[in-house]
Amino acid sequence: MPTLNHFLLLSAVLFAIGTAGVFLRRNLITILLSIEIMLNAVNLSFVAFGRAFGSTDGQIIVFFVMTVAAAEAAVGLAIVIGLFRHRESLNPDRFTQLRW
Amino acid sequence: MIVFYAFAAVAIGASLLVIAQRNPIYSVLLLIASFGALSGLYVMLDAPFVAVIQIVVYAGAIMVLFLFVVMLLNAPQEDTDMDERRPLPVHKGAMKFGGLLAAALAGELVWALTRSSDPGAFSGGATDSVAAIGRSLFTDYAFAFEVTSVLILVAMLGAVVLAHRDRRSRASRAAVGPVGNVLPQKP
Repeated sequence: MPTLNHFLLLSAVLFAIGTAGVFLRRNLITILLSIEIMLNAVNLSFVAFGRAFGSTDGQIIVFFVMTVAAAEAAVGLAIVIGLFRHRESLNPDRFTQLRW
Repeated sequence: MIVFYAFAAVAIGASLLVIAQRNPIYSVLLLIASFGALSGLYVMLDAPFVAVIQIVVYAGAIMVLFLFVVMLLNAPQEDTDMDERRPLPVHKGAMKFGGLLAAALAGELVWALTRSSDPGAFSGGATDSVAAIGRSLFTDYAFAFEVTSVLILVAMLGAVVLAHRDRRSRASRAAVGPVGNVLPQKP
């Protein structure tokens, strides 16, 4: 049977993949997707710890993380739409001014 | 054990392909595959509730939202910009440094985990999960649950305000020139 460490290792690898995506990609949508990968990696470790300690709190916090992720995706994608309308680009290097 | 490795391989491989793809549509679809594998892992962890909302909410709602935005924007597939009039400074060094930092993070996490003592297989029976979750969600975490609804409301309003295209800026942009007219306009 897989142990707690197996799940934590998988979670660490997924989190690092998400971090690499945020660092390496120059596309706003892919960066948001990488943030979702990182959130899911953390969710996995929450559930694994909850299972290891025999408590449901891990799953409850996953519920809240998913809610925040949904809100973040909605607002982030709305910002992406606004930026794309403004600049016709999804490259974050294009957005160098705070002025609209 | 084999099932765990299969799901883990699918999750890692799909996530790697997500950040390797040029086309955002493929990235979104591969991320849905990765979430499916994670959902299988949640079932292995005796968390059927999380497994189901992973599929229904994440893969079903959030990823469809992403897919919808990708298709709405008809996004450029190449993230290197093709506009020659405004050449973009290419930060090769910065990207190498970022990749190095991500690799260092992975190395550190794996190192820390291999040094920690393995508690062994999960002990104890599984908790009666869905009923217990519902009970504690509406008793111990009732306040957080209600605050979550306010958060959703604020996010909804914010998304509407941000994505809304007001008439004044459209008129001024039409006077300057058709720069931003990439989306089909409503009559």
